Amino acid sequence: MPRRRDEMVPDAEFRSYYGQPVIKQPIWHEPHMPTYLYLGGLSGAAGAMAAAARLTGRDRLELAARMTAFAGASAGAAFLVAELGRPMRFLNMLRVFKLTSPMSVGSWTLAAHSGLTGVAAGSAMTGLLPLAGDAASVASGLSGVAMATYTAVLLADTAVPAWHEGMRELPFLFSGSALASAGAALMLTTPRAQAGPARAAAVTGAMAEVVAGSLMERRLGLVGEPYRQGRAGRLMRASRVLTLGGGLLATVAGRSRALTALSGLAITAGALCTRFGVLEAGRASAKDPRYTVVPQRARLDAGAPASVPGR
Amino acid sequence: MAERMGFFTDTTVCIGCKACEVACKEWNNVPDDGFVFRATSYDNTGALGASTWRHVAFIEQDARWLMSSDVCKHCTHAACLDVCPTGALFRTEFDTVVVQSDICNGCGYCVPACPYGVIDRREDDGRAWKCTLCYDRLRGGMEPACAKACPTKSIQFGPLDELRQRAEERVERLHAEGTTEARLYGANPDNGVGGTGAFFLLLDEPETYGLPPDPVVTTRDLPAMWRWAGGAALALAAGVAACFLGKRS
Repeated sequence: MPRRRDEMVPDAEFRSYYGQPVIKQPIWHEPHMPTYLYLGGLSGAAGAMAAAARLTGRDRLELAARMTAFAGASAGAAFLVAELGRPMRFLNMLRVFKLTSPMSVGSWTLAAHSGLTGVAAGSAMTGLLPLAGDAASVASGLSGVAMATYTAVLLADTAVPAWHEGMRELPFLFSGSALASAGAALMLTTPRAQAGPARAAAVTGAMAEVVAGSLMERRLGLVGEPYRQGRAGRLMRASRVLTLGGGLLATVAGRSRALTALSGLAITAGALCTRFGVLEAGRASAKDPRYTVVPQRARLDAGAPASVPGR
Repeated sequence: MAERMGFFTDTTVCIGCKACEVACKEWNNVPDDGFVFRATSYDNTGALGASTWRHVAFIEQDARWLMSSDVCKHCTHAACLDVCPTGALFRTEFDTVVVQSDICNGCGYCVPACPYGVIDRREDDGRAWKCTLCYDRLRGGMEPACAKACPTKSIQFGPLDELRQRAEERVERLHAEGTTEARLYGANPDNGVGGTGAFFLLLDEPETYGLPPDPVVTTRDLPAMWRWAGGAALALAAGVAACFLGKRS
């Protein structure tokens, strides 16, 4: 047998075909995809805040939450359609309903959430059908929590190692970030007297986002490397500093409008950095065959190859 | 449903002529994928993609050249098909996986879902494309263009059961002749994608050929993903509720 030569890659700890990727990089574009992830989370958590504000009788907070939820869902949907290779065919998304496709589940969730937040916002603006508006506002709380979390499954349900292996923490990263985003937007748009829950949301969400992100990077080991290196690493670190800083600032901003504004902007920027960072980490994870080959090879060497039980 | 059809690519007899690449392009009217000198080997298509449905890999080792014609695996559990939100990807009566180009809206989800990096989007066209295992030819009772054009029978087409049996015999013979490194890739129905409709006889580790050594259909873990997301959704609802507790500020 011919002697093997590790001619493929400079670093000989794993083998590959001339260092080329094994899987394809996600082709989703910037700013469309990460901005959609941010807006979907913002809108979803704002929907949940609107429902809670409705049920506890905080009218001004609810109004701001309704409008934020509707604006986020509409703008997000526009980014999503623009992301398609064939935007004119966006309605094909509602051609079938497939539980095996998080994008199908997400399309239906977005359709429901956009509809509900549209009714709630429309009713609030025109004063028409107040009962329907209130009902839609409460219902958007349910569609909202789905909106804020399904996107994590959307990313995890791929062959991209940094996303797939992050399946546990990504939903908490995204829902925490969504809560922080909505809190940030609402504490800037609600009179101080009713903004207490918004500030609490900004702080709680920011902490959850930072904790989930740190836990994920720690647990993933080698596969988590892309979250720490290069452009993705810079974005994730920026996200952590902005989110942590914004969250802490929200607790001490008190009556200061300037500090509240600064806090809200920092949290928003942090949430955006999280989404851009996660997309970039996914690209880097797919591009380097190491992250695909090394864990799979380790599985084989341990005598525990993958299988698909029950299918 | 008709019998499950597939490819057995025996790389030991591949001569790297690329007749498969050319026949595929001719029959399926696949656009140009660039005239690139890669400066690494005689490979000038690089990888499978939206406009490269057969890809001949060249691996130059000390005393031998490995050549292998790669193709879509037409998995038993196909991630691209599972995650497609429009139903554009479907399973045919031959148990192959095909994109319906009149339905695909170019969402791009199948691209990172494939554990082999096969399917891709044509950016000027906006839709996802990959090998159809010549669905039109199969319906007409013909074999796929690449298999037809292969001059050494490295690419064999037929009912999958027959191909698997033939491949086992081929490996046994190679082992008996002293080629002990011969192994099948993708033929095992208990692997992470439930076995592939297109499988290979290789002479080195799969990763040497740019193939994942132990691929998994990502949707295998989808129930767990939905559970984690459900937990996060509940936590979010609880978090929002907690923010509204206490007296009005």
